[in-house]
Amino acid sequence: MEWPYDNEAGLLAEEDCDVLVLGGGLAGLHAAIAAAEKGARVTLLEKGAAHRSGAAGTGFDHWEMACTNPGCTVTPEEMTRALEEEQDCFSNAIGHYIETREGWDRLLDLEKWGGKIRDTEGEFTGAPFRDDATGLMYAYDYRNRYTLRVWGTTFKPALVRRARRLGVQLRDRTEACALLTCEAGGVKTGTGGLGFDTRTGRITVFRAKAVVMAMSRPARVWLFHSDLPGLCEFRPLSSIGSGHAMGWRAGMAFTMMEKSVRGEFSAAGRSFPPYGTGNNHNTWYAATMVDARGVEIPYVDRDGRELKTVLERYLPAPGQKFFLKGGVIDEPKYEWRGPETLPFDELMRRGYRLPFYADLTGMPDSERRVIWGMMVGQEAKTRIPIYENYTERGFDPARHALQSYGTGWQSAAFLAQERQLFGAPGGVMHNWNLETSLRNVFAAGDMLYASDCAGHACATGHWAGQHAAEAAARAPMREAGRDFVEETRQRLLHPLTVRDGLDWREINAAAAKAMQNYCGGVKCDSLLRQGLEAIGELKQAAGEISCRNPHELVRTHEVSDILDVCELILHASLQRKCSCAPLFFERSDSDESLAAQERCYLTLWREDGAVREGKVPLQFYGDLTSNYEKHREGGGLDE
Amino acid sequence: MSEYRYTVEVTASSVSPLAFDPSRCIGCCRCVEACQIDVLLPPQRKGGVPRVVWPGECWYCGACVMECPQKGAIRLRHPLMNQARFVERASLRDEAPGKLP
Ligand SMILES: Cc1cc2nc3c(=O)[nH]c(=O)nc-3n(C[C@H](O)[C@H](O)[C@H](O)COP(=O)(O)OP(=O)(O)OC[C@H]3O[C@@H](n4cnc5c(N)ncnc54)[C@H](O)[C@@H]3O)c2cc1C
Ligand code: SF4
Ligand code: SF4
Repeated sequence: MEWPYDNEAGLLAEEDCDVLVLGGGLAGLHAAIAAAEKGARVTLLEKGAAHRSGAAGTGFDHWEMACTNPGCTVTPEEMTRALEEEQDCFSNAIGHYIETREGWDRLLDLEKWGGKIRDTEGEFTGAPFRDDATGLMYAYDYRNRYTLRVWGTTFKPALVRRARRLGVQLRDRTEACALLTCEAGGVKTGTGGLGFDTRTGRITVFRAKAVVMAMSRPARVWLFHSDLPGLCEFRPLSSIGSGHAMGWRAGMAFTMMEKSVRGEFSAAGRSFPPYGTGNNHNTWYAATMVDARGVEIPYVDRDGRELKTVLERYLPAPGQKFFLKGGVIDEPKYEWRGPETLPFDELMRRGYRLPFYADLTGMPDSERRVIWGMMVGQEAKTRIPIYENYTERGFDPARHALQSYGTGWQSAAFLAQERQLFGAPGGVMHNWNLETSLRNVFAAGDMLYASDCAGHACATGHWAGQHAAEAAARAPMREAGRDFVEETRQRLLHPLTVRDGLDWREINAAAAKAMQNYCGGVKCDSLLRQGLEAIGELKQAAGEISCRNPHELVRTHEVSDILDVCELILHASLQRKCSCAPLFFERSDSDESLAAQERCYLTLWREDGAVREGKVPLQFYGDLTSNYEKHREGGGLDE
Repeated sequence: MSEYRYTVEVTASSVSPLAFDPSRCIGCCRCVEACQIDVLLPPQRKGGVPRVVWPGECWYCGACVMECPQKGAIRLRHPLMNQARFVERASLRDEAPGKLP
């Protein structure tokens, strides 16, 4: 068949701006808007179409940790400390503090721009989770009210409208492929990026005074399925960590990349579509669960006390200030443990029978409607494939029970080597300005180390955009290195010159298998080194991939980025010598004598073809409140 | 004229995530433009429906359906292996009473 779009392969264009934003998800759009509001000329490159791209393109239902919202009883300091201790300090306190201080402001922005953040129609008037004075709708802890239920399907279109109105140059269908850098005064400095038109193949050099990276995080590293590549990960097929890869190639420092968890979602294999099976977590919290005989499964508080009412599932235990639930919280420590159904093993011991079901039929009407209709409906990937399709199939939440699979909300049981960067994995190392180790290059959202969640992405995006605008105001425009541009151009187009070569999927599958073999649940030096060799060989083999059009080229660029990410993860794993439970990092050759020394962020970056390593103390960010004040609204750049 | 020539074939997959109803589809391509993965290409001929060229790459987000102005013109369906079961709540009954503590 003929290619329906223009053919611009080989064309090289050039554009200038003050701030270049890479990635048009929640973080990238907020960054672009914040920079434009400060007067910067902004260009944003988005690989898909910003209107519905990214993890949250079709929505999200929880806005977490909005501690300055009018109903919240937890302070930003308290919440940041809790999140930090919860992760044994391997968390991102800077990001969390920005999130807890400013998340609510971002939500008010979104409302101003046309997003829906409260129950304006009075659909839930009188419900225990609704504040009738403001129409705000709370989730999880109804007493402390730090997390809101929101109409996330409305947010991306609202952000795109706002960005357009401010004159942001939105370049949809443009894949960011490389960072442009130079040495300035002995410091590696960002000077722009290279974009590849995913439909025509044109390459554009975007020169900029400052860059914000917001391309989410790696995926398809351990999990791949050649027949169903789109289903093998939790995030969109097109988000595979190109930001990490181009940062790594350019010498950017990363941390915690040795952290990975046993897989949680892969609907190509073990699991089902997220939020589409019976469960009582996240979107479905706190659904009633029953077993195969319809016997209700008890909820207990942190002391094992059985809860009698539905309302108690949303309240802290006696003597507990608040409990934690949400995206980065898996099995909280006692201090913040909230209500839960009894553990699976205990249920088996007590004779409960599989399969289990989520059963909304007997729940109070408002709880049933808010789970099925609002949360399932506003959460990403639920409006059409779950809410509408199940309704068409006849599902009625007042009559039916929805089956549960496996043992938990992931509805699956993975093997130890089937890993994922899930929860709050590693990422870009940064300072209070959200500036990376490359000068004038900032990062935001899920690209940051130990980061997750929509509100966090919006808050850090805004913060990074403000700082990038300030940095751009004092940086000169620099020329792009011609040799590097030419080299990259050839790399990007090379597969068009290969005839009857390999399919990109063969390389991705081989990489995933290599990572399962050499960087699985239990690691050791000799395996990891084999892994580096194997990935090196695959990089050679990737030169044999052939493509017939820009779409295939994009998938091929992704695979080459995935190989770079594999390398980064293998090096990070080699660097940490002692097993580390908070990072889910286990070694068979663990050197326990290093345990204390390694209680820090290990950082790594590439320089002159070699891998360099560093150490940063866990609480390097200092006092939260005073640093926040110093750096807010783009301040503190001279530090 | 570029020195490279582009061609495209449907990349086969065992699943068919999308189905179009040609009697309802007006060929506006909003679905094509909404998809961040570019699973679809525009119709080959005027009056046709968009082409599902990379069905295996779909991540089942539903953006294409959300953006379609013609109800029922495009449908998204999870593969059979991912269709969760549901039952009448009333059908769940204890068949061996007295087993629970
Ligand atoms: C199914 C699902 C449900 C979720 N529900 C919630 C929820 O209810 N509450 C919550 O707080 N969080 C939720 N999350 C997480 C939340 O969506 C993310 O944390 C958030 O979207 C991260 O924002 P981001 O901007 O960093 O990444 P994204 O929003 O994913 O945006 C990244 C963008 O970068 C683009 N991109 C990638 N590579 C390139 C490249 N090379 N060039 C150009 N562009 C590129 C992508 O196309 C994408 O648009 C959910 C995630 C998923 C997948
Ligand atoms: S469901 Fe999502 S990924 Fe699949 S074709 Fe539609 S828009 Fe694209
Ligand atoms: S958006 Fe709807 S009407 Fe328009 S081309 Fe797609 S399916 Fe047809």
